[in-house]
Amino acid sequence: MSDLSLQEYNRFSRKCALVFAAAVCGTLIMVGASYAPLPQRSYNIAIILAGACVNAALVAGHLMHLLSERKTIYALVAFTTLFFAALVGLTIWSWYQVPGYGTY
Amino acid sequence: MDVPYTVQPRPDTGVYNAKVGMWLFLASEAMLFGGLFSSYILLRVAAGPENWPQGWLSVPLGTINTILLALSAITVVLAWAACKARMFERYKLYQGITILLAIVFLGIKGYEYSTKFTHYQAVMKDGRIADGHLVRRSADAVVLRGEFVKDRKSLLRPRAQATHEEIVLPAADVVSLRSYGPAMNTFLAVYFTLTGLHGLHVLGGVVVFAYLWGPGSRLWKTDPDRFTNRVEVAGLFWHFVDLVWIFLFPALYLT
Repeated sequence: MSDLSLQEYNRFSRKCALVFAAAVCGTLIMVGASYAPLPQRSYNIAIILAGACVNAALVAGHLMHLLSERKTIYALVAFTTLFFAALVGLTIWSWYQVPGYGTY
Repeated sequence: MDVPYTVQPRPDTGVYNAKVGMWLFLASEAMLFGGLFSSYILLRVAAGPENWPQGWLSVPLGTINTILLALSAITVVLAWAACKARMFERYKLYQGITILLAIVFLGIKGYEYSTKFTHYQAVMKDGRIADGHLVRRSADAVVLRGEFVKDRKSLLRPRAQATHEEIVLPAADVVSLRSYGPAMNTFLAVYFTLTGLHGLHVLGGVVVFAYLWGPGSRLWKTDPDRFTNRVEVAGLFWHFVDLVWIFLFPALYLT
């Protein structure tokens, strides 16, 4: 017995097409932002990274089904996010302990 | 003995075992790439903007690769949905497209690598620096298609008036000759490490998809639900590979 009817499959396909279109738009916005003449380079970088985060959210939410997952998977993702943030945060924090670079 | 919970969800977790296993694996992968991204941030911030190369990578090729991976992420999820809808031929079509897109991605990456490994910087006895792609090399001379620049710093930014003519460098006058490989500088070391590791993941994905498309698809006849779950967990891995590229592309090509 199939889990998805033909109608549900077609609806899902249309949703995927929309996600792809959004991802392409996000990518083009990122590329455009990299060339945009903004007052500071940090503005360009902020827009580019925001675009990357939106694209990542689309992939994780819709294609990895994180918008409708079980608690076990959410717990795993939450722990991973926590440890990932700690890893990146500690590395950046350590830079400030280097004499001559940070506020040490 | 049957492996338990390959199809039915385990009562305490609510999902089948392979899915939990894949998410745990992805957690370890996130930490692996997290460590490398952290190193990248640290190295880049420490180098300062004036010492970090810009415009060394082809944005159009990077953009094409980003769109190819995004499309493959869609086809892989459509392949899984086709299994769910019991449309095996549609599954084969979408999984085949995914494999092709991944191979094209690797081909483009290979081309990008080759342009770096054939791009040379030659330091001459008089202090000038010749920069360009290698045309030929013999015992007497090195021929590059490129230009002379006054110092290395001028190579760090894209040059609008960069000329590309053949320049013949007598071998006796060349002090050092280095390709734009990982040993050239920190940026290229980071670039090759991150994209190389990512490329290996793409290759791994291709191998798994090819198995599920070919010999592994025999399982469909005996246990379609289990096969569908295999397609799903392989797809989860592929989406992670796409996620990594979503951040690699702007970090290396655009910022």
